[in-house]
Amino acid sequence: MAPETTGANRPMVSVRGLNKWFGPLHVLKDIDLTVAAGEVVVVVGPSGSGKSTLCRCLNRLETAGQGSVEIDGEPLPAEGRALARLRADVGMVFQSFNLFGHKTVLDNITLGPTRVRRIARPEARQQAMALLERVGIADKADHHPAQLSGGQQQRAAIARALAMQPKVLLFDEPTSALDPEMVNEVLDVMVSLAAEGMTMIVVTHEMGFARRAADRVVFMDDGRIVESGAPDDFFAAPRTERARDFLSKILQH
Amino acid sequence: MEALTAHLSELGHGLVTTVELTVVTTVGAMLLGIVVATLRIAPVPLLRAIGTAYVEVFQNLPLLALLVLFVFALPTIGITFPLFTSAAIVIAVYEGAYLAEAIRAGINTVGVGQAEAARAIGLTFGQSLRHVILPQGLRAVIQPIGNICIALLMNTSLAAAVGVVELTQAANTVNLVEAQPIAVFTGAGLAYMLLALIIGQVTGLLERRLAIVR
Repeated sequence: MAPETTGANRPMVSVRGLNKWFGPLHVLKDIDLTVAAGEVVVVVGPSGSGKSTLCRCLNRLETAGQGSVEIDGEPLPAEGRALARLRADVGMVFQSFNLFGHKTVLDNITLGPTRVRRIARPEARQQAMALLERVGIADKADHHPAQLSGGQQQRAAIARALAMQPKVLLFDEPTSALDPEMVNEVLDVMVSLAAEGMTMIVVTHEMGFARRAADRVVFMDDGRIVESGAPDDFFAAPRTERARDFLSKILQH
Repeated sequence: MEALTAHLSELGHGLVTTVELTVVTTVGAMLLGIVVATLRIAPVPLLRAIGTAYVEVFQNLPLLALLVLFVFALPTIGITFPLFTSAAIVIAVYEGAYLAEAIRAGINTVGVGQAEAARAIGLTFGQSLRHVILPQGLRAVIQPIGNICIALLMNTSLAAAVGVVELTQAANTVNLVEAQPIAVFTGAGLAYMLLALIIGQVTGLLERRLAIVR
């Protein structure tokens, strides 16, 4: 692929001074985060540290109280058509998959491309089949979500997000609702996406994935980004006490 | 029995009018119900208020009073419709309030994650509603919608009070001639029952056909 004229380090996601409150609860505090095009950032931290909320602020499923979010240089618009257009460029994969229950897997994937991108149905189906092939569940195209295992549903959800040809993919704890034996089939898809240069922000508890695929690990605690660094550095020698404490709790087994 | 067979054509016309009124009104009430339910879940407070006001007004007034008001009050300010049209409008508006509440209940059964996923792929509010929320929400309340349609069928008999010659009015007229209320109204009642059974069957069929695999 030809190098981008604007440079390989063009910021794809840029968060400045983000603050968010749920009522009196201050859940995100002065978040600054820049993710370059092609970068894979893994966000880790204890429950309630604000990781998921941060992720959801990036496509405005949650509205920030203060601060700005830019996607590929464009500030997130307020509600309305402009926001819908921008969301189409930001893929999201949810913890609970959220596949559309009344539609087949194939129709789940073609809905966005046909209705938002206005791609003709036969072409959209073709692309959807190619994506299902890629995530390894082409044989499930005509099934309904409830007929699939959790791992298969999550791979279908990834295919649905990819079908929009997003500029960046957000993963909000994509493997947390899965049985342990299904975690890897999802992680494998994510690792291959990362290797292909997809810009990804991944909230997860899978430290193995962070080691394998992340360019950068961001550690959050109590609504703040406490530490940020290369995965090898972060796991081998966390700089802050809180990160050391967190790692000692999750890595001791 | 002779009281019925001697007046089959009048009663038949009444039955046809009842069916027409029921079909037209059901379609109108469904459309209104979907619109009002949508208003009630809209992100704009003013729209929600309009939806709530609609439901509160039309659920809390007797249908007969609405019919009489519409048919006899509107002409005093120069607005007149044919009687059938008037009755159809009033019943649709009235039943629309009940359908809106049933549909809203259905919408509430659809998980919030479905709406988030719809928005996340770039669907607008309207598109999410049309392609994701309503298809699932309506499926969840086919049975209560069927019940409201049966109630609607029964309520079409109130149109008799404002001069629409539907089945009840036809039966009434026949009875004035024959003075055989038991035969005449049993016959009419059986016809209503048959129509209600058909609605029930259609409801059951739709429910089985459209069930979401879970």
